[in-house]
Amino acid sequence: MKAAVIVFPGSNCDRDMADALRAVGADVRMVWHKDADIGDVDLVAVPGGFSFGDYLRCGAIAANSPVCAALKAHVDRGGYALGVCNGFQVLTETGLLPGALMRNAGLTFVCKTTPLRVATTDSVFTEAYDADEIISLPVAHHDGNYFADADTLRALVDTDRVAFTYGANFNGSQNDIAGILSENRRVLGMMPHPERAVDAATGNTAGVSLFRGLVRQLADA
Amino acid sequence: MKAKVHVMLKNGVLDPQGEAIRHALGALGFDGVNGVRQGKVIELDLADGTTEAQIADMCDRLLANTVIESYRIDIA
Repeated sequence: MKAAVIVFPGSNCDRDMADALRAVGADVRMVWHKDADIGDVDLVAVPGGFSFGDYLRCGAIAANSPVCAALKAHVDRGGYALGVCNGFQVLTETGLLPGALMRNAGLTFVCKTTPLRVATTDSVFTEAYDADEIISLPVAHHDGNYFADADTLRALVDTDRVAFTYGANFNGSQNDIAGILSENRRVLGMMPHPERAVDAATGNTAGVSLFRGLVRQLADA
Repeated sequence: MKAKVHVMLKNGVLDPQGEAIRHALGALGFDGVNGVRQGKVIELDLADGTTEAQIADMCDRLLANTVIESYRIDIA
């Protein structure tokens, strides 16, 4: 599987993302935000961090950078994309995923490991987990409070596009949503960090299944 | 020409920052503050002849996230 990891000024999980993908055998290249060409890849990963200092709104400036035009073209061609944390914010700002991520309801930056429910296994990202499996992943964000209008929320639920929900809702997200899929199920945005849970040295390897499943599925594609 | 864009969270979207400000005002002894909504003001210095439609396009594409925010344009 060939993957690209986008690097914005202020990204800080880009190398963790690349390491997580390489650990399961992906061929990874880093793509700078000014590059209008992502290249021929199966997956584009949008990493966590604070792109452009979170100026204006989290992900808003990044969403209008040249590389995001290439990201949209990649997704329009049926390509896969994974956005984590700030990457999720970027995907909503580009319109590739519905809704928006607002300031946490408690107004504080939350950095901890938190339980999550795998809400669907019907995606290349989550098929390696068991349905309703409870896993723990790290979260670290100030703006992860998922909001969408009632029609959008209903559509997400009715079409089984909620990928992960929080075991304990700490940020005010509607329907406890921690991650969602696009209509074609090839784009996943999530606030928790699977790339920070792939090495036994960190004490948690719950994120490995996501990357391993992804590589297995896309290698066959 | 100059224009001001006022960006506010839409009605019905919970504004936790506004709520926190309301609580803080109450703690300072200001009674009767029934609601606070926090938004932002963006001042634009524009070429003469820029139309309101062009400014609205700027708002729709960047300055506001219309999923959660509404905006009002004041042209000076």
